[in-house]
Amino acid sequence: MPDLLEPEFMRLAFAAGAIVGVLAPAVGFFLVQRQLSLIGDGIGHVAFAGVAGGLLLDVSPVLGALVAAVAGAVAIELLRARRHAAGDQALALVFYTGIAAGVVLVSLAGALDVGLFQYLFGSLLTVTRGDVALVAGLGAAGLAVLGLLYRALAAVVLDEEGARVAGVPVDALNVALAALAAVTVALSLRVVGVLLIAALMVLPVSAGTRLGWSMRSAFALSLATGLASVLLGLTIAYYADLPPGGTIVLCAAAAMLAATFWGGLRPARAR
Amino acid sequence: MPVEDPVAAFERVSFAYGVGPPVLRDVSVEIRAGEFVAVAGPNGGGKTTLVRLLLGLERPLSGRVLLFGRPAHAASHRGKVGYLAQRTRLGTEAPATVREVVAAGRLPVTGLLGRPGRADRAAVEEAIARVGLAERASWPLRELSGGQQQRAFIAKALAAEPSLLVLDEPTAGVDADAQESLAAFLARLHAELRTTIVYVSHEFGAVERYVERLLLVRGGIAFDGHPSALPGLWHDPSHVHA
Repeated sequence: MPDLLEPEFMRLAFAAGAIVGVLAPAVGFFLVQRQLSLIGDGIGHVAFAGVAGGLLLDVSPVLGALVAAVAGAVAIELLRARRHAAGDQALALVFYTGIAAGVVLVSLAGALDVGLFQYLFGSLLTVTRGDVALVAGLGAAGLAVLGLLYRALAAVVLDEEGARVAGVPVDALNVALAALAAVTVALSLRVVGVLLIAALMVLPVSAGTRLGWSMRSAFALSLATGLASVLLGLTIAYYADLPPGGTIVLCAAAAMLAATFWGGLRPARAR
Repeated sequence: MPVEDPVAAFERVSFAYGVGPPVLRDVSVEIRAGEFVAVAGPNGGGKTTLVRLLLGLERPLSGRVLLFGRPAHAASHRGKVGYLAQRTRLGTEAPATVREVVAAGRLPVTGLLGRPGRADRAAVEEAIARVGLAERASWPLRELSGGQQQRAFIAKALAAEPSLLVLDEPTAGVDADAQESLAAFLARLHAELRTTIVYVSHEFGAVERYVERLLLVRGGIAFDGHPSALPGLWHDPSHVHA
């Protein structure tokens, strides 16, 4: 059996995947608890428009995705917060506009070919040292921001109105969380692709939430599940010659199902 | 009881949501320090709107709302107000323990980026003990009954040691025993700490014998006085006529 870490592309893939495997559920944790699970999907579709814009303008598609995703995420949050549209309608507006703009821009760029697939479904095995440096830098910054804001974000999860009354800047926190989700989506392009990124923000969190006995333990277990899904999925993909993005997400889905089963077996305490 | 400065004051306040009809018209009322006030009225009568204006969550169309002498929306009263939102707005399904929920109520004291110290942890434990959940402090919220969850969130509202405690429909979704027990708990809290309490509910039966003042809201203040002075028919607030 070949050594998993022998080829450099695998070492780079593990490095980039591990960072995204931790960052995606860390951001997704607060979205899932606030029942905004689909926001990652919406931002992913806007990121697709950014990729297409990058291809059309001949600039880095990841940079295009980052700019478009942040703009889309902030737009969703502002539409929602100012009640111009309900949360799901704001999401739908950005979601469909993003995918439609992406298709049009990709067509204009003449890029409707196999190359597009790497952004739709990821291409972890082609990441470069530069990609890993970008993912590591932005990923570390994202995790640091989450660490600083953890208590405030948890307070909003538990009681948004109570937090507002207590003087917590809830709207600013919501925008910051949406922007972090956008950065996560852009960084995850090469790992699982725009169509699967939301899965990495949601499935590990669903597993961690079912297994956790407190908010901190659920948060830690979500991150651990995300990381384990990436490492296991990448390993399976390497030996079984499977697409890494899809394999990683299937591992996360299996973890969630196992957690659901285990959670069902756990006895509830007497009230 | 000595006359105190108003904790909250509505001065000729009117309010409507968007371009809809007015929910409140020309409301002028004061709530003084140390009062235990029930705000009741039929659904749609404007009692929750009154409270949202009081908390600065909405701004009046005309008139002004003062909280601790400053505009209610100014957020300069951080930590002075403990608020229990309606049950449907609370994260009762979040994977949090009672202690984590109550600790979140300490945020106005520690600040957004601050870390809780020994005094903060002591205040959290005291708030948990005050609502009778000391033995369940490490229990996940979702494993508690509705009444116990409600107590956990009341402890959260108390964690910052507020001067004003506002509870919006605290009896919704809990059984009659829990309602009775909540009313007795609030009366005890009021007697011990003299915290100003505003208790909002479409039914006020459980707290009626404890409150000193009842406000019936139906587009305006339809009644303001001691519950014993309330006409018999009005004891069911759904019968309140403007």
